[in-house]
Amino acid sequence: MRASTRFLLSLAAAVALLAAAALHARAERAARAPEIAARAALVRRLGLTDLCLFTEARYTRHPSQADRFAPFQDHPGALEHFPSGALVPAPER
Amino acid sequence: MIELRDVRKVYGEGRPDEVVAVDGVTLSIAPRTVTVLRGPSGSGKTTLLTLLGAMARPTSGRIVVEGREITSLPERFLTEVRRSTFGFVFQQGNLVRGVTTLENVMLPAYPLGEPRAGLLRRAQALLDELDLGHRARARAEWLSGGEAQRAAIARALVNSPKVVVADEPTAHLDTALSRDLMAVLGRLKAQGRTVIVASHDPIVCEAPVVDRVVAMRDGRLEGAA
Amino acid sequence: MRTFLERQRYLLDYTLSSLARRKGKNLSLLAVYTLVVAALASVLFYTQALRREARLVLRGAPELVVQRLAAGRHDLLPDRWVGALAGIRGVADARGRLWGYGWDPISRANYTVLVPEAFWGARGEAVVGHGVARARGLAAGDRLLLRAADGGYLSLAVREIVPEESELVAADLVLVGEEDFRGLFGIPPGLFTDAVLAVRNEREVDTIAAKVTRLLPDARAIGRSEILRTYDSVFGWRSGLVVVVLLGAVLAFGIVAWDKASGLSAEERREIGILKAIGWETSDVLAMKAWEGAAISLAAFALGVLLAFGHVFLGDMALLAPVLRGWSTLQARFRPVPFVEAWELAALFLLTVVPYTAATLVPSWRAATADPDAVMRS
Repeated sequence: MRASTRFLLSLAAAVALLAAAALHARAERAARAPEIAARAALVRRLGLTDLCLFTEARYTRHPSQADRFAPFQDHPGALEHFPSGALVPAPER
Repeated sequence: MIELRDVRKVYGEGRPDEVVAVDGVTLSIAPRTVTVLRGPSGSGKTTLLTLLGAMARPTSGRIVVEGREITSLPERFLTEVRRSTFGFVFQQGNLVRGVTTLENVMLPAYPLGEPRAGLLRRAQALLDELDLGHRARARAEWLSGGEAQRAAIARALVNSPKVVVADEPTAHLDTALSRDLMAVLGRLKAQGRTVIVASHDPIVCEAPVVDRVVAMRDGRLEGAA
Repeated sequence: MRTFLERQRYLLDYTLSSLARRKGKNLSLLAVYTLVVAALASVLFYTQALRREARLVLRGAPELVVQRLAAGRHDLLPDRWVGALAGIRGVADARGRLWGYGWDPISRANYTVLVPEAFWGARGEAVVGHGVARARGLAAGDRLLLRAADGGYLSLAVREIVPEESELVAADLVLVGEEDFRGLFGIPPGLFTDAVLAVRNEREVDTIAAKVTRLLPDARAIGRSEILRTYDSVFGWRSGLVVVVLLGAVLAFGIVAWDKASGLSAEERREIGILKAIGWETSDVLAMKAWEGAAISLAAFALGVLLAFGHVFLGDMALLAPVLRGWSTLQARFRPVPFVEAWELAALFLLTVVPYTAATLVPSWRAATADPDAVMRS
């Protein structure tokens, strides 16, 4: 088989897989919508404000509630010591 | 067929390493002939070949190919002329390594975009004609000197050129192979093509198929044009 | 048209055989490139999934949260504040909220202890999040010991475990009743962590927030939109996360491009010379080189994205998740839901394919435009 034919066929196969992945994603979203809705309901019921992603420190666990002071709670010049603190930015206000 | 009028080619003009490769050459090449440019290395033969084969432009003078002046053509048209009229066989063969013999022969036709089936057939036929049919699928670097040279000729012929230009084609060939090569050139002439060869090999210069020998030295022709 | 397509096929044929000539080098190049794309795409998929999820799930967050600040720090909020807030025009309801962080020395994790609006357990009971249950190996009926403010311990009976699917929001939760909470943290009655307001008209939230700060100068009001914005920025393009990975990827590409741009080898130049000598135009040579760059980058992109998709959505981001989660000892188990936006993939495509193709093309320019007679002279 010609080299370019082989390459183009492989590329086409990859694109087909990507399309399949996209379809799978769509199906997944639909299938798991109730799951997401359940989480949203729980949030409403318990009055939660944040996702439970970074549980190292208070300002990383509840970034939306954190005050500006929190990262410097130890002393004014304290450097950030949690890795996720680098990822979670300071609140706007 | 091809006419050169007072053609000069200077390399590095104005610089201290200036070299006048071709110094005022006037030459006429008749169609369907085998012309040999004879001369020692450094005489300007190679440069002259590149000029009349539309591979380079002269510093001054005029070159006319089939009644068409090519000296001042823009690059695109020059390439057109080169592609459709000339087939080159270089001194070193210069096949692309890592690529099969057959693909090497097809290369000059790639940019033309003709259907592959036809091109494959033509290339294979050319190799068969030159007794290389069985080496079609071999990698170019595995060919012997003589085989490589013949493959180079096949490659030069793939676009059915009217003129075949060869630069020292027998440089790496023994006597027998050299004679074979001249026979091949004779066949090309019989097919109606014009052949121009640059060589200082006596086997080439004295081959029976040769119509005319033009001597060259220090960028100039010796004797009558 | 047919000629044009056929010509491209031929150029591609040639370029592929050219690449195959240095198989080892080109395969490792492809591998590195693919991994870089995969890493970048993984982070992209993961952050986008979380971002979407946050937006959907936190829709139910309180409309307005009011905190009290003292010397710039978070302070407890008194009962009379709740009354005052409830009296603001436009506020449908105001209630004090109790929540805080409890340290568990055994599993060395921070739990979020919360008193929900209507706790359905009895005194001495707790409803724990699935992550807590995992960390302590708890089942319904077991006991949970938490260190109290007075030095002693509070023993709670686990009444219920929140289902696993909710880990993303409730993994580290310990839900208790008000009395237990106050006993645990030593917070007397009449004081709350913060206050939660329900607003009559959603569009009035900002006005009411302004009223709150006017009424109570040392108050801080956080609206639901700010909560959502926080997560948008944590996972957005400018977040530390994405920038770091992007930087790494750019660096990797830079190295590859530098290698290519440092010029063609003598072998490559010779090859181009031969092609020009046998009749290829400058444009043919350049097109061939462009195909060389495109072939590798297209392959790397396709493979990289596929790998990333499998890694994130089928493998739950197994390889990179620990990097993103930092030092948390309690990590929520979360299967990202595939929310992929087409324009992001397009941006990734442009970021990867275009620079590489250009890096392959540019250094060839010189050789491609040279006169073919240079070959004759060599």
